[in-house]
Parts: sequence; structure tokens; C-alpha cells
Amino acid sequence: MTTETPMISLQHVDKTLGGRKVLDDMSIDVARGEALVIVGGSGVGKSVTLKHIIGLMKPDRGKIVIDGEDIGTMKSVELNRFRRKFVMSFQEGALFDSMSVFENIAFPLRRHTKFTEQQIRDRVDECLELVHLPGVASKRPSELSGGMRRRVGFARAISLKPEVLLFDEPTTGLDPVISDVIAELIVEMDRTLNTTTVTITHDMKVAFKIADRVAMLYKGRIVEEGNPEEFQRSTNPIVQQFIEGRAEGPLTE
Amino acid sequence: MNLLERIGRVFLRLFEETGLWFGMLGRTFLWTFRPPFEGGEWLRQMVRVGVDSIPVVFLTTMFTGMVMALQTYNGFHRVHAENFVGSVVALAMLRELSPVLVALMVTGRVGSSMAAEIGTMRVTEQLDALEALATDPVQYLFVPRVIAGTVMLPLLTILGDALGVGGGYLVGVKLMGANPVVYQNNTFQFLQMNDVWSGLIKAAFFGLILTLTGCVRGYYTRGGAEGVGRATTAAVVSASLIILFADFFLTKLLF
Repeated sequence: MTTETPMISLQHVDKTLGGRKVLDDMSIDVARGEALVIVGGSGVGKSVTLKHIIGLMKPDRGKIVIDGEDIGTMKSVELNRFRRKFVMSFQEGALFDSMSVFENIAFPLRRHTKFTEQQIRDRVDECLELVHLPGVASKRPSELSGGMRRRVGFARAISLKPEVLLFDEPTTGLDPVISDVIAELIVEMDRTLNTTTVTITHDMKVAFKIADRVAMLYKGRIVEEGNPEEFQRSTNPIVQQFIEGRAEGPLTE
Repeated sequence: MNLLERIGRVFLRLFEETGLWFGMLGRTFLWTFRPPFEGGEWLRQMVRVGVDSIPVVFLTTMFTGMVMALQTYNGFHRVHAENFVGSVVALAMLRELSPVLVALMVTGRVGSSMAAEIGTMRVTEQLDALEALATDPVQYLFVPRVIAGTVMLPLLTILGDALGVGGGYLVGVKLMGANPVVYQNNTFQFLQMNDVWSGLIKAAFFGLILTLTGCVRGYYTRGGAEGVGRATTAAVVSASLIILFADFFLTKLLF
């Protein structure tokens, strides 16, 4: 890890939702340009963590510092200005189904840039090229398969050239081959765009493929972190059970 | 849980929802004057609220005008006051029936679909995606809809006024055999500009209420397809009730 200020820093974050403590004194730093993968079972607060980073949720306690600025104290207008730097790709893509694929990807460009119509068209084509989906621009989201929808979601996410990309369960519900394609795509986007990425997943194969560093979230806090090799060799029984996907162990007690 | 607790809980929820509603009204108002302005979206919503509602408004107000004429004619005939049928139909339509009926019909048609649309966007994370793309949902979704409602409802009400009075005329003259010239004179004899205005001002408020309620209900949708269904029903029921309450107080104020 470098000594410069981290791009994303969660400091002792607590969050209670519906009477249950979802995040419990959670702390983690993500360095600039790093690819962090947070793994963990269902309902351990992975999505909630991402939603905190992008400011969709506010912590009950603790601080979230992005690029040196505390986003907890920001007003919504400031937060919107700030959000242009980072973009989140949602579980099912969360495409706007009232718009075509083209309009979906053009949406952030139309709102946050002064691009001409031609520039927008070029940028949309470029983004679709990056996710290896040329020629679907005129389709409706409902006409696409699950994997394609997600890739269009990626294309929309990268259209403004964000500094930070957040991926919420990018491969859930996809078959193993398509999952691998998506994972490779994330690696490729990370390299070509030179971004900081945070991905949450429970798919260990995907995690090891894209991560510079893997962190395991359990009961609302990080219980283990390290580069993929270290993580795999971890002696923590929770981590081992999760990697091997066994039914017996500390996770299921 | 005892009775008092239950009553208390109902009131707490009522206050909470009223608070949410007015909070959103404030946010919508603020965002109306902040760029970027969604010109295209404003127009699209105006077409949806206004133009697309014309057939419904047409049938509702025309038949109401006709029934009004029929009923008052029968009643007034007993006291030999047939001459006032035209006045009564016109006054009732302009001041009360046209704005309220148009608002209730548009609530069913448009308020519900707004709740369903925004509710579906909530449960499929599209609202989160909007925010993640640095776009405030209130600005992008609420403002165009509420503006469309506030602008289009008075226009629909003007149409309703004309159709209602026209329907009354048809029944009075063609069915009941009133003299066309006399009926026309009676229609406009007691009308004042205030009658038209008060109806239109009410309509603007109703338009704001029904679109905002649809949006708010959709925005706070929770829990999948069933939640969307609940939000849609709640949007129609609460908007209709608020419209009827507001109608009374606005009428009291505007007299």
C-alpha cells in the first residue's frame, strides 16, 4: 500500500437497518487505482457498503472519506457534483426500461456534458465496443439477456469516464462461462480506463480473477484481507469455509 | 394492543405521511427552478396527463352535463322553474363538477400509472441508478410530472366545462324541447368570470395533488411486485381523498 491518501476510506462505519446492525465498526481503505473485491455471504452488508460509498445511504456513525472529502456532511447538490467521479453498476443492470440502450448510455452524457449529438453517438459506440456489444444500441433493455443487460449497465457506468467504478454482484445469476466473460471484462475495463474499482461478489472465482486485494465481510466488518494468494492461504476458518463453499463451519453455526 | 394505542398509531402514521408529502412538495418546488431543465420530459408528461386524458374527460363531463340537465329538468318541472336548468347546469359544471370529476378521472388514469412506474423503478433499483448517475429523482421524475399536472388539469377542466354545458344544452333542447335561444340565455345569464376562475384554480391544485401523490407513493414503494400494487392503490385512494378535502377548503376560500 502506498502512503498517499486513499481514494476511498470507510472509517468505523455503523449502520442499522430495520433493527439489525448491518455494518458494525466497518473500516477499509481503497488506494487509487486499486481493484478491491469484497466477498461475503448473502445479507452480510455487501450492497449496503457500496451504497454508503456512493452516498445512497448515510452511516449512523463513522466517516466515509472519498478522495480526502467527507461525503457524510455533503448536501445533495454537492454530492451530485461529486458523484460524477464515480459510478455504480447495479445487480441486474438497473437500466431505465423506458429508454433504448442508446438512450441509457447517453443519459449521463446528456445530463453532465455539453457533448454534441455526434459526440454522444461516438462515445456510446465506443462504450458499447468496450463491453463487446456493438450493434445493440437501438434495442430495448427488455429484449436483452441478463448478461447483456449487465454489460450495457457497465457501458452506461463508464460513459462519463469515472475515476471509481463500483460493481454490485456483477455475475449473480449468470452461467459460469458468461460470469467469466464479465470478470474478464471488468479486468479489461480496469486496465484500459485506469480506474479504482470496488466489486462485491460471492463468486470466489470472479473475485480472484479481478482482485488486487480481496476482503471478506462477515457480520458487518472486515474479518480478513490480502492479495488473492494471501487470501487463499488464510488460516481464518471463516475464510476457508467460504472459499471451499462447505456447509459446515463457523459461517453456518 | 389496546384501542388507544391503535388510534395513536393511526394518527402517527397519518402525521408521518403528511410530513413526507409536504417535504416532497418542498423539494419538488425547489428543484423546479434549478437547472438542468428537462424540457422534453416536461412536454412528454404534459401529453401523457393532458392530451391522452381527453377521451376520458370527454365522456365523463359530457354525460355528467347531460344527466345534470335531465335531473334538474325533472325536479324543476315540479316547481315550474324549467328556465333555470341552463343556469344550474353551467354553475354546477364550472364551479364544481368539471374540476372535481376531471381530477378524479385523471387520478385513476395518470396518478396510478405514475405510482406504478416510479414504484417499479424503485424495486428494480432504477431510482438508485438515477442517483448514482448524479441525477436527483425528484428533479428528473417529480418535477416534470407535477408541472404537467398543474398546467394540464385547468386546460382539461376548460374542455370539461364546455362539454358539460354542451351536454346539458343537448338534453335540454333536443330531449326536453326547451327553446334553444332561451336555454342559451339562461345558461349565461347568471355566470360571472369568478365562476370560471375558481374552477380553474381548483383544477390546478388538484393536478398538483394527484401527480405529487402518485410520485410520492411510487417513490416510497417497498417490497417487489406486491409493493408496487399497494403503492398504486394507495396513490389513487389517498389522492382522491386529498382532492375531496382540498375541494371543500378551496371552495370555502375562493368564494
